[in-house]
Amino acid sequence: MTTLLKQRKKTARGEGDLAETGGIAWTATAWIITLIFFAPVAWMLLTSLHTEADAATNPPTLFSGLTFENYSALFDRGVMPFLINSATASIISTLLVLALSIPAAYALAIRPVEKWTDVMFFFLSTKFLPAIAALLPIYLLVKRVGGLDNIWVLVILYTAMNLPIAVWMMQSFLAEVPKEIMEAAEVDGAGTLRVIWSVIVPIITPGIAATSLICFIFSWNEFLFAVNLTATVSSTSPVFLVGFITSEGLFLAKLCAAATLVSLPVLIAGFAAQDKLVRGLSLGAVK
Amino acid sequence: MAVATVATTHQDEDAAPPVRRPTGPSSRTRWKRRAPLLPALVFTIVVTQIPFLVTLALSSVSWSALRPGDHSFLGLGNYNDFVGFDNYATVFTDPRLRSAVVNTITLTVSVVLISLLLGLALAVLLDRKFPGRGLARTLLIAPFLVMPVASALLWKHALYNPTYGLFNGVINGIWKLFGADHGPTVDFVSSYPMPAVVAALVWQWTPFMMLILLAGLQAQPTDILEAARVDGANGPKIFRHITLPHLRQYIELSTLLGAIYIVQAFDAIFSITQGGPGSATTNLPYEIYLTTFRKFEYGEAAAAGVITVIGTIIVATFALRVVSSLFRQEQAR
Repeated sequence: MTTLLKQRKKTARGEGDLAETGGIAWTATAWIITLIFFAPVAWMLLTSLHTEADAATNPPTLFSGLTFENYSALFDRGVMPFLINSATASIISTLLVLALSIPAAYALAIRPVEKWTDVMFFFLSTKFLPAIAALLPIYLLVKRVGGLDNIWVLVILYTAMNLPIAVWMMQSFLAEVPKEIMEAAEVDGAGTLRVIWSVIVPIITPGIAATSLICFIFSWNEFLFAVNLTATVSSTSPVFLVGFITSEGLFLAKLCAAATLVSLPVLIAGFAAQDKLVRGLSLGAVK
Repeated sequence: MAVATVATTHQDEDAAPPVRRPTGPSSRTRWKRRAPLLPALVFTIVVTQIPFLVTLALSSVSWSALRPGDHSFLGLGNYNDFVGFDNYATVFTDPRLRSAVVNTITLTVSVVLISLLLGLALAVLLDRKFPGRGLARTLLIAPFLVMPVASALLWKHALYNPTYGLFNGVINGIWKLFGADHGPTVDFVSSYPMPAVVAALVWQWTPFMMLILLAGLQAQPTDILEAARVDGANGPKIFRHITLPHLRQYIELSTLLGAIYIVQAFDAIFSITQGGPGSATTNLPYEIYLTTFRKFEYGEAAAAGVITVIGTIIVATFALRVVSSLFRQEQAR
């Protein structure tokens, strides 16, 4: 138990723990740069709340007559099916990724199969195949089996797209489960399933959350496959957004409202789980 | 019946004295260990490797979907049109494709470098405590969370637009401060297409770099920093000799991941410039897209795809070495 405690104890400093405090100049610099970076997002939000006439003025107006009419116009134009398609493809593929990656990561971390590092590299190497190079054969194959404009094609592709990253992330989370605790549970007579359920699962829950978040973000935002493999029935939000521009000419305020609306689920999820985002993006290399 | 036979065989093997592998686990144990891995492995192989093999096959046939008598998919008939490496020759001599390669390199290198440097600066700023630091971090990650297509359209129409875009509005405002009637009107996308795409992508990817580097900064061992300070080292010196070497692994990781995604950049090109003007901003993914879905030259597109894969693998070989070093550290822990 002592060794365990030593092992778990970290010399690294936590968020804000011992961090130095900056002076006024530091604060001002940080905030000015932050606001410059956030300005385009703020501009998008602000423009989305303007009428078209107010949005297209030069110099721009800031707070004249804010309205939600652009958002209700989007729902009148039927944005809902696109959002539902996005949600379906993202959520189901994320669940599939979890169902495939957690057992795989278990086999790669807890009781490693032989040559497990090679398997890990194989998974990562599939991320190096550019999606565009796979698009043509997938398009032809899907067309051949009559699967164009079918949401399940996107579900399968998004699962394949996120699985390698998920395996890497889950492997790193599972590798962190202290072996001593698992062994102790086994000595106490717990079977494999019992160990998994009452020892491993509670420890890796944050890891599962991080993995889900990353998979959800990448699926929700995916555009290349969505625009080329779907048409009317199963199109997702990014396709709506692009079609919106080309079919309507330019309505700046409505465009900003649409851009805000389709980004909202990811913005909310990302803001709510910032720390998990870091662990997820870094494939678990950042401890 | 067959299953039963297999099972018996396994039992026999288990019962037999371990001659072949005196120290290794029995074959049944090994299969039991492999079983949880297999669904993910099989799925990945089927969904990622088969399309690549098909691309290889397609790259050797002359197949234009515009010619009458469209081929059936992967029918043996296609091989009547076997052209060997002709598609590759076409692709290599095509000036459009060569410029696409150059554009891809320019775009990837500049976006990765600039967003890495900006991300590092932001991470250093956010590593110190200041009022509202948590809120600042939240606002800073927003660009990465906005849907890439949405941010591309936002930059094109709401920021770059020559008549009512924010940038021209700001320039105008500044000029008016100095008494001019109105400022110059800059059409960013037509006049500076590549910088316009780079700027939009840098904005999108800087938070990504910042998040990883910030995590690296906050994982610095405090005792070493304190020791350095006691020994009289100043801020820049500590940063140069302690922080940067410590960050190396984080810098490599963010470069690798950033490069994987930026090489494939499609959304921004599609939405901001459509590869233009001319082919000034056409990168490889967009060129392949055009060859496939505008020119319908499937054979050529496949050859270009294979070349992209080979190029990526060259970069990846270097990149994997980087990841290996991460991996060794993880095992050593």
